Amino acid sequence: MKFTLSWLKEHLETDEPLDKLADKLTMIGLEVENIEDKAKALSPFTIARVISAEQHPNADRLRVCMVDTGDGGAPVQVVCGAPNARAGLISVFSPPGTYIPGKDITLGIGTIRGVESRGMLCSAAELQISEDHDGIMELPTDAPLGKGYADWAGLGDPVIEINLTPNRQDCTGVHGIARDLAAADMGKFRDPGIKPIRGEFACPVEVKVEDATLCPGFALRLVRGVKNGPSPEWLQKRLTSIGLRPINALVDITNFMTYDRARPLHVFDAKKVQGNLTVRRARDGETLLALDGRTYTLDSNICVIADEHGVESLAGIMGGEASGCDDNTTDVLIESALWNEINIAQTGRKLGINSDARYRFERGVDPAFMVPGLELATRLVLELCGGTPSENVVVGKQFGEDRIIDFPLSEVKRLAGIEVPLVEVKLILTRLGFMLAGNGPVVKIAIPSWRTDVQGKADIVEEIVRIVGVDKVPMTPFERGEEPRKPVLTPMQLRTRRAKRALGARGMVEAVTWSFITNDAAKLFGGGQSELVLANPIAADLSDMRPSLLPGLVAAVQANINRGTSDVALFEVGQVFRGDKPEDQLVAASGVRHGYASSNGLGRHWTGSATADAMDAKADAFAVLAAAGAPMQALQIVPGGPAWLHPGRSGTIQIGPQNVLGWFGELHPRAAEALGADGPMIVFEVILERIPQGKQRATRAKPVLELSAFQTVSRDFAFIVDRSVKAGDIVRAAQNVDKKLVTDVTVFDVYEGKGIDPDKKSIAIAVTIQPREKTMTDQEIDAVAAKVVAEVTKKTGGTLRA
Amino acid sequence: MSDLATLEQSILDQIASAADEAALEAVRVSALGKKGSISALLATLGKMSPEERKTEGAKINLAKDAVTQALAARRDVLKAAALDARLAAETIDVTLPLREAPAETGRIHPLSQVFDEVNTIFADMGFAIAEGPDIETDDYNFTKLNFPIGHPAREMHDTFFFNPKDDGSRMLLRTHTSPVQVRTMLSQKPPIRIICPGRTYRIDSDATHTPQFHQVEGLVIDKGSHLGHLKWILHEFCKAFFEVDHINMRFRPSFFPFTEPSLEVDIQCRRDKGEIRFGEGEDWMEILGCGMVHPNVLRACGIDPDVYQGFAWGMGLDRITMLKYGIADLRQLFENDVRWLNHYGFKPLDIPTIAGGLSS
Repeated sequence: MKFTLSWLKEHLETDEPLDKLADKLTMIGLEVENIEDKAKALSPFTIARVISAEQHPNADRLRVCMVDTGDGGAPVQVVCGAPNARAGLISVFSPPGTYIPGKDITLGIGTIRGVESRGMLCSAAELQISEDHDGIMELPTDAPLGKGYADWAGLGDPVIEINLTPNRQDCTGVHGIARDLAAADMGKFRDPGIKPIRGEFACPVEVKVEDATLCPGFALRLVRGVKNGPSPEWLQKRLTSIGLRPINALVDITNFMTYDRARPLHVFDAKKVQGNLTVRRARDGETLLALDGRTYTLDSNICVIADEHGVESLAGIMGGEASGCDDNTTDVLIESALWNEINIAQTGRKLGINSDARYRFERGVDPAFMVPGLELATRLVLELCGGTPSENVVVGKQFGEDRIIDFPLSEVKRLAGIEVPLVEVKLILTRLGFMLAGNGPVVKIAIPSWRTDVQGKADIVEEIVRIVGVDKVPMTPFERGEEPRKPVLTPMQLRTRRAKRALGARGMVEAVTWSFITNDAAKLFGGGQSELVLANPIAADLSDMRPSLLPGLVAAVQANINRGTSDVALFEVGQVFRGDKPEDQLVAASGVRHGYASSNGLGRHWTGSATADAMDAKADAFAVLAAAGAPMQALQIVPGGPAWLHPGRSGTIQIGPQNVLGWFGELHPRAAEALGADGPMIVFEVILERIPQGKQRATRAKPVLELSAFQTVSRDFAFIVDRSVKAGDIVRAAQNVDKKLVTDVTVFDVYEGKGIDPDKKSIAIAVTIQPREKTMTDQEIDAVAAKVVAEVTKKTGGTLRA
Repeated sequence: MSDLATLEQSILDQIASAADEAALEAVRVSALGKKGSISALLATLGKMSPEERKTEGAKINLAKDAVTQALAARRDVLKAAALDARLAAETIDVTLPLREAPAETGRIHPLSQVFDEVNTIFADMGFAIAEGPDIETDDYNFTKLNFPIGHPAREMHDTFFFNPKDDGSRMLLRTHTSPVQVRTMLSQKPPIRIICPGRTYRIDSDATHTPQFHQVEGLVIDKGSHLGHLKWILHEFCKAFFEVDHINMRFRPSFFPFTEPSLEVDIQCRRDKGEIRFGEGEDWMEILGCGMVHPNVLRACGIDPDVYQGFAWGMGLDRITMLKYGIADLRQLFENDVRWLNHYGFKPLDIPTIAGGLSS
């Protein structure tokens, strides 16, 4: 919402300076977004006369001018390069020290080719008031010397733009803004009543409203014998000052009423309207060439005003070209109506029209001002264009509902924490147009018709508090209460946090990727269900809610490769979607490594340069699981995984086949290709919800530690097994020999190659035996060792390596 | 010189010239071994007369002692030299560069760090942390929050929708984290004190908007909390979060469908060459919106607005992250450029705590 200071002063008697008014506007909820104050920026520029313009002695294109600045002093010498600098010219002068906005410089006293210059004659472009920089400005000969140019040119009226919240339709007109400022002690509100204008004949056009829910009220009047044409200067200036284009007096009046009184109107050229007017739903397929020059195709959800020809106007949004007023208009129909807010909003959205009328009607105009608005518009038409008015035709209601509420004065203190005396409450509300009855503790308050946003007690509190000033509400310490200090993170929040820190500690860098990915990528990772496809994605490649973090992460890694960083380890912990119900949203912890980004560190190094492989991904997944509190002993690793993983270099982490916690491995080359990735991507994904919740212990004390009095014994075994045998099976076989005695089994060597059958491999394990009751004899230890060999052989077909 | 003296001197010379322990051992064997020269002399004693044996024996033993001592002394010298030589051979190049520890090279995203910072501050004030789904119903995202169907306020949120279901309803991506407030009020009796951080979505993309962003909202419902408490909490939060001793805040009336009265909050700051300092300067920067929960919202969530009251606020997690850590462009938060993350990210062991500081 834009207006100028002088326009505001038409409705507000005030001597307050602009900056104070602006601060107050912001502090009562009408946030000032911008003030364009040309008078202030251009104050050093004055009107001056060129007395003489002589050729510069040392430069062909320059002239040495003597300038009368109108301050009564001696003429000032100015070197000027403009071709139009000549004796007698009235132009604009700026003295040294002036900031020239168009050039972004501050003028100094200069010597130009040996001739001193004490100022500058300016072009319009240098003042940033137009693009014109062909020469210095040429003003009429009667322009007053020495006076400020901006004031003389009418640029002195500051333009104020406020960022209006959608509830304040009453402030879509300057009149309403003035009322708010007056309530906030910024001056006296000018609100003379509107006198009705007597009609001199019956309006010959009848109005029929087919659907009162779409059009609760409609008022119309004919003025005959008008003379249309350019509107007077004051009106044109009002409109141009806020960036509107004057068209003709009749149209300008409607635009003026829109901004001055928040009352959009429409004017029809009565001679172009055939018969009576009907307010109705459009018929599917009807079209209208609107005043913006575009043709709209309508449907039955759109409300129109039609005559016997057909549609003449889009109700409350925009008029039609065919019945518009032009310079030849002699008879004008003025319409002032009420429209259904929701229907206006829907129609405007559907047709893509953002008109000033729509902006106001969809916020809900003052219903009680429909007829007074028509009267005021009629007065302006008669004043500017002459003519003879008809009587009003009014269909439907011309007032809103009476809205009276009981307001306990204690509500102010209860909700806002500030005590406001009744006398002040009364003053504020009365100035805002409310009416109060009673002296408390509960008063009756009548809400003014234009405050459609005010509904209940809380709204009244807001009115009082915003005018008193929110800064007056004292800050009140908030007691945290008796509640004991307890951790507030839920188990999932804790897992999330720990997963992030654990992966970071493994040298990975946390990424945050989009929640949406391409449909192809979603399908590749088991998603792409119709309920997870956006109806209105922001871009075609951001169409589906992600079933996995990996497509986004792989793309992020690839983007880094493309930027020249090829050793990358990224992770993300975030939401993935299996369906559109709350329980279908899960938290995944995922990572992608590429290039020399193994667990040992980034890049090549003299201590060893290894590219990341599937075992790094396994380690990442296990780090997440351990940090998130998973029962590590219960985890099973099954070779292979989903189709997007390399079938031979991947694994599934599960606790029984029903509870899959995650996967790790090398991305399948086909999946990598589909995601646009170069080279092997080492990936893992763990679903944090799948980790079983550990038992909450009653005490924080750790279980008693039992240390054995007997030293452990370690025995090494190397087995020759088929290459397909899994090391995990050998380890498990050894562990299962005696769960009490065998406390640890580690694999310390894996060998394939020379000296071993090509179909075989050697796996060496170290078995730790913990004697329980006494030191074990060699025979006893040998017996355990023999059982290890027997068990491994039985389970894997392996033989002890010779 | 006697023969014995000559022999002794000869052995001592050999000891002194032995270059290593092996040579020394050879000298020892040649002198003191079974067939050694001194051992041979000692063997001659048996054939001597007692007097002769006494005088000769003493001489030979003296010579033997001298040799034995010299052997031991020489052995010590050679041992030390051998150790020195071995150590010298074992010299490593200590200037070889280390591999940086993974915990030093890993990074936590600034958003995660700020998420932890905000949680820490509000946990200390007695708030719990609530979460909800990203995919929401129209009812929870709008209707229960007092956005009437068709109201232009809905248009302030450019909403992502899913395709309509068979019954005509359609899910959407939450445009704010306020549905979490609704879910909390529907499932929990007052008093309520929560913050709800999370990811939110709007169809918007430019330097200051991304289609996904993050918010943290707060909600207090009880029988006495009012605007004064709200102002205090936000003031305390801003001081703690921005880690400054004082901060000037400006509360302006505004409009949100779900609060009444509604306020927007600006903080005073000074902008200087891309750096922002809080607690000084002349500029005002908007950082959050807040207000008393609208009676219609309380009613929609089954809470009597004449008995209970409370307030809510919401702010952009991305925005406060950018303000605090001097990040110029919102889009960078989601570009995942490792050079950027290495610079703006946090080390995994830098965990925000009340005791140790948020960002120290």
